[in-house]
Amino acid sequence: MTSLTETIHARLVEALKPERLEVINESHMHAGHQPGFDGTGESHLRIRIVSAVFAGMPRLARHRTVTDLVRPELERGLHALAIEPAAPGEAIRW
Amino acid sequence: MSGIHEFIDNEVKNNEVVLFMKGTPQFPQCGFSGQVVQILDYLGVGYKGINVLADQEVREGIKTYSNWPTIPQLYVKGEFIGGCDIVREMFQAGELQSHLQNQGIAVRGAA
Repeated sequence: MTSLTETIHARLVEALKPERLEVINESHMHAGHQPGFDGTGESHLRIRIVSAVFAGMPRLARHRTVTDLVRPELERGLHALAIEPAAPGEAIRW
Repeated sequence: MSGIHEFIDNEVKNNEVVLFMKGTPQFPQCGFSGQVVQILDYLGVGYKGINVLADQEVREGIKTYSNWPTIPQLYVKGEFIGGCDIVREMFQAGELQSHLQNQGIAVRGAA
């Protein structure tokens, strides 16, 4: 079975042609944060992405570009999504 | 505008700084909401915290009002600023401080 993380990774590659991309499952870091969260699922994801699409694009629009592509998963209950978008040449810390 | 959007609209237009969050400023119930609380408290900015966990209608309504899928969400003078990632990035770059000051909101430690 393809994981949520892999599905989203593939979709972002196709849509945004990133130079660099990491989709990280951080759910284990949130175990116990609420009753019912044991941290073994794919509830909390972090997306780190460098794409030319973001050049000259303001912050809100960068985030919306990514969240629009993850909307099906968000609507189906993906709980948290952290996003670190950058254009090529911008400082990143990963 | 639906009832809940009207309620939200009223809150963001009648309070200079509004944070839609999980939990309260005194007791955040989510790490992302907690980070924004820490930043605003560090800057000494007065704000109204609205606990979306206390009202399912607000929790869903704020997502459609802002067209933003996650909580927390920060508003300054009726304008949507962003969620945790954006607020933190802006704070680290000094842009949050200058944006608040440009809006006439006092920031601690600022010139």
